[in-house]
Amino acid sequence: MMYYSRLRLLGVAGICLIGVLLCLPNFLRSPSPSLPWRQIHLGLDLRGGSYLLLQLDLKSLEHDRLQSLQDQARQTLLDRSLGYRDFARDDATASLSFMPRSDAERDAALKAMQSLPPVVPNEFTTSEKDGRIVLTLQHEAMLARAREAVAQSIEIVRRRIDATGAIDPSIAREGDDRIVVELPGVSDPERIKSLLGTTARLTFRLLAPNPSVASPGSTMLEDESVHTQVAVQDHVDVDGTDLTNAGAVIDQQSGGWAVTFQLNSAGATAFANVTRANVGKRFAIVLDNKVIEAPNIINPITAGNGQITGGFDARSASDLALLLRAGALPAPLSVVEQRTIGPSLGAASIHAGVISLLTGLLLVIAFMVLFYGRFGLYADIALFANLILMVAILSLFQATLTLPGMAGMLLTLGMAVDANILINERIREEVKRGRGPLQALQAGFDRATGTIIDSNATAFLAHVMLFVFGTGPVRNFALTITIGIVTTLFTTLLLSRLLVVRWYALARPKELPV
Amino acid sequence: MLSRPLFRFVRDDRRINFMRGRHMGLIVSAVLSIASVILFFQPGLKLGLDFRGGIIVEAQTPGPADFGKLRAALDHAGIHPDAVQAFGSPRDVRISINAPEGADREAQTQKLVDGVKSAISAAEPGTQVLRADAVGASVSSELFRDGLLALGFSLAMILIYIWVRFEREFAISAVVTLILDLTKTVGFLAITRFEFDLVMVAALLTILGYSTNDKVVVYDRIRENLRKYRTMPLRELLDLSINETLNRTLGTSMTVFLAALPLALFGGSTLTGFATVMLFGIVVGTSSSIFIAAPLLLLMGEKRLRKEAVAD
Repeated sequence: MMYYSRLRLLGVAGICLIGVLLCLPNFLRSPSPSLPWRQIHLGLDLRGGSYLLLQLDLKSLEHDRLQSLQDQARQTLLDRSLGYRDFARDDATASLSFMPRSDAERDAALKAMQSLPPVVPNEFTTSEKDGRIVLTLQHEAMLARAREAVAQSIEIVRRRIDATGAIDPSIAREGDDRIVVELPGVSDPERIKSLLGTTARLTFRLLAPNPSVASPGSTMLEDESVHTQVAVQDHVDVDGTDLTNAGAVIDQQSGGWAVTFQLNSAGATAFANVTRANVGKRFAIVLDNKVIEAPNIINPITAGNGQITGGFDARSASDLALLLRAGALPAPLSVVEQRTIGPSLGAASIHAGVISLLTGLLLVIAFMVLFYGRFGLYADIALFANLILMVAILSLFQATLTLPGMAGMLLTLGMAVDANILINERIREEVKRGRGPLQALQAGFDRATGTIIDSNATAFLAHVMLFVFGTGPVRNFALTITIGIVTTLFTTLLLSRLLVVRWYALARPKELPV
Repeated sequence: MLSRPLFRFVRDDRRINFMRGRHMGLIVSAVLSIASVILFFQPGLKLGLDFRGGIIVEAQTPGPADFGKLRAALDHAGIHPDAVQAFGSPRDVRISINAPEGADREAQTQKLVDGVKSAISAAEPGTQVLRADAVGASVSSELFRDGLLALGFSLAMILIYIWVRFEREFAISAVVTLILDLTKTVGFLAITRFEFDLVMVAALLTILGYSTNDKVVVYDRIRENLRKYRTMPLRELLDLSINETLNRTLGTSMTVFLAALPLALFGGSTLTGFATVMLFGIVVGTSSSIFIAAPLLLLMGEKRLRKEAVAD
């Protein structure tokens, strides 16, 4: 180990040089877009911003599917002229059940249910219980549906957030049914929270013949324009998926704000048919199970465009138009975790982190020189290289750096010199035993290496666990320490040893400075 | 100046008889750990927002904060905070509310944070919100579970690693020592009332990793000496090993301590607690490497260690 080949020498120097180059882009404000610059991203706790964790409402997804499955089942039974009674839907067990008209029809009804097309494989099971036929949604299949719904939702969430003008948002899936939204620079996320908390499912449906009482095939919904309950038919005549455009305008008759919309040709045809057949009746515009307004149909609307006036102001009209343009979420999302850091706290945290990092580095550097002399100085050079390499690797992966991440860097630097201390103490012992300088160095390096690898391996394992189970800033802490352990092995086992070996080769000392 | 180190912790030929104090060390450690376990149950840890759920809003008012006015404004908005307190400068206010109960508590939690923000900016125009965190009850229980899993798996991995690299006696002594260290740190948390949150779990794990590292170095030397001095009595051999590694043990503890110290002093509210607990853990970990880990080996029995070392 006392001889470094030229190749190895160049290798170590090369890695350090690449490290310095990779660090450089972090000091440039706006790198040229033509160059493959890679910078460290500052975490939200350092640059200020909002973190939102959104949870998809799995129950609502199940409820919707049960409802559509029930419609399908009824239709299939009707088509095959099979009778049924007492058709029940149970949201708690996610199941449907009914009693066939007679025992003779039971097998046929069961077959009919088995023939229903599933949306995802193995979506539901069919069985018989106490003479009833039971369809039960499977949890695994619903999770698969949730994953699909999350994928769709991410697109819609992105469109909605982009429309607010937020800069550089990050939107990502977490687990089966969650979405993480990070909004740098947004210190007041209330508007975005309310935009994301709206499903924005728009439907056009006729009112029940008698709108004041609920009847089969209709549901009582809140009419927001007059604050009463009205019965609205469950059958949807036209829905928001047929919208091609929406915008906020000032209504020329009333002078208030309104939202105009444009339907595609399928929607326009359906709209024309319904309005033509139901002149004089009331037609409800329903948004997320609330009636915005329910005007009388005066003339058939055939052009496929219309206007919603529901007591909007400028903000609520433009928000609704934005939501309609971005599309409806497949299921409601709710915010389950919010963390907002104001810009002033972020700046203060950067300051605190940098001050701590520099002070800590200085203290460790001073300690090493005072307690280990020349070899301590070499350890300090390696320490500096270690810091550069950590920043280089973080830049290379364009990783995020948070305040706990900076703490991780500092602790890594404190731990890194442990390897130098081990080697130095070992060399010192060998010298005390009466070995010559060369043999002492040789034995010191060789014997300490095993110990260094052992002690770093345990720290590595502990922090990998923390990375796997941790979230957010803690994960970042574990990441920087894990990267730091790798760079430490390089700088102590190769770089600082190289410095010692080169010094020995040049100075040929009679005595070692230990 | 560079030709010789200026300072040493202990002279190289100094032989301190650590094993003489082994009973004392074990008893003191056991008493402290038992006391810590009692403190863990009564009064218990102060759970941070991550693990208890609820909201925290930190704001800076334009002038010195008028707590009465802020409380009245919150009360007027129908919000009943669990604490409205000062932190840092007289202009800094922290408002914390525990997670609400009831069916739609997730939605309530999110509504509360917006309510608090608008109430205080109405009461004190020009107020800057420094931080607004709201963690729902379901998320906080998941975070808690994940935190404990991380701790548990780390301990298990360390046990397996030492078992593979050393012998069973070493692995068991190491894990017993680590558990003693960990309980004391938890007791320290209970006394100082630092909030126990995810960052604190990270601190505990770092202490665990650091303390293990320390033990591995001492054990490594013990194993080496077991092979080198086949006839030396175990007690003497353990003393020799501790003394030989003493400068290294103190040196590394010192550098980690020096690295964590600025974090405790200047790290701001997020890191002060974390770094203070780290400092405590470094002191505990270092002393347990000297006074606990090796004496435990002596208790495990000389014969078995000898036999296995020779068999290697």
